[in-house]
Amino acid sequence: MEKVIDMKDENDAINPQRRAFLGVAAGVTAAVTVAPGVLLHTVDAAPRAEPVTSDVRWGLLIDTAKCVDGCSACVDACHHENGLNLQTMPAEQAVKKWETQKPAWVRKVKLQDNQTGRMTTLPLMCQHCDDPPCVDVCPTGASFKRADGIVMVDRHLCIGCRYCMMACPYKARSFIHSDVHGQLTSVPRGKGCVESCNLCVQRRDFGQESTACVDACAAEGHHAIVFGDLKDPDSTICKLLNEMPSRQLREDLVLNTGVRYSGV
Amino acid sequence: MAKSVLTVGLVALGLVWALAQTAQADDMKRYVVAGSQAAKLESCVEPTELMRRQHMEFIKHQRIATVHEGIRIEKYSLSGCVDCHISYNAEQIPQPINQADQFCGACHAFAAVNLNCFDCHAAVPNGTPLNAAAMAAHDAAGVAAQVQSSRDGKGH
Ligand code: SF4
Ligand code: SF4
Repeated sequence: MEKVIDMKDENDAINPQRRAFLGVAAGVTAAVTVAPGVLLHTVDAAPRAEPVTSDVRWGLLIDTAKCVDGCSACVDACHHENGLNLQTMPAEQAVKKWETQKPAWVRKVKLQDNQTGRMTTLPLMCQHCDDPPCVDVCPTGASFKRADGIVMVDRHLCIGCRYCMMACPYKARSFIHSDVHGQLTSVPRGKGCVESCNLCVQRRDFGQESTACVDACAAEGHHAIVFGDLKDPDSTICKLLNEMPSRQLREDLVLNTGVRYSGV
Repeated sequence: MAKSVLTVGLVALGLVWALAQTAQADDMKRYVVAGSQAAKLESCVEPTELMRRQHMEFIKHQRIATVHEGIRIEKYSLSGCVDCHISYNAEQIPQPINQADQFCGACHAFAAVNLNCFDCHAAVPNGTPLNAAAMAAHDAAGVAAQVQSSRDGKGH
């Protein structure tokens, strides 16, 4: 890494009192257990009542050394969480076309160093750029960055021009080509809009701790993905970022991504 | 003469129409889920007259607060409409609310207004699907029907 890019916005220093207050306000999370090992659903004390603020910036740290070749637990969990598995290949479509066009918020990518032959495997999703090119190009204001750093699409405004897909350097976005049925209440999605990873925004607003991919990776025993607040010096993700070398993919683009990788 | 016959005819037609409307309105009352928030209230989140004419304005403002600011406790909520006004068939399967004989669908069909909300939004309460093992456990515990509506359902 030639350049060190500060992940914190110097203008909004953290107010520890406010943080402590928010911690209390977030309340207790109770869980109902139906049978051993089976959670009915998590009942959160408080769905979000106040607008999101830039006191937090959500991000991910991916340790590629722990990511296992051939494992797709994070991808499957994402599909399940967001209802991407509700879509099947349209009857008239060619398999190859479907494979390249079907919705994918996170993909497993393999990298090879051509000189040494070293292979690396990693999950690639929207990098939640601080300076997102997708937002720059969007003609309708549908692509936007939430105050807490999550980059997403307001599907009410998206006209499906797909300009953002062209602008994204990480191929992180996909377009819904056909009608969708049986959507989840928490993840509305339909034909004609672009979509991408939103760091499980439905979980954020209901005070849950992690994302579907993080949970799935941990359940497999790999613990390759860590989710957290990049602005909180006491968060696990910040401590890890402090300790281990990590980098942004395509750091030459100076996008200050919210997703960081180590071991690449 | 012809004119007065026409007038009487029109008035009669009007009366039949009004009666049909009353009957339909009565019919619609059944689309309030027993035990839901709606069942306990005199009217919806605003007086009925206001809801009939303005509900689209209410949810349009709410969507900005929710999508852009992450606020999930808004008084107006599309998933709230679904939770309280969904109806179930004899097998306890929820009927998509935009169907022509259901709460949203019937009125929109009558008013000839396209209903696009449910192109994207869930037309039945629908939580994250459970995997097979979890579903079996819920079945055994007799709570499979409840888990359908989770997370968003209570945030209105
Ligand atoms: S990774 Fe792509 S979709 Fe995500 S914020 Fe950056 S440019 Fe936008
Ligand atoms: S496809 Fe939608 S989100 Fe992307 S640039 Fe066009 S309007 Fe904006």
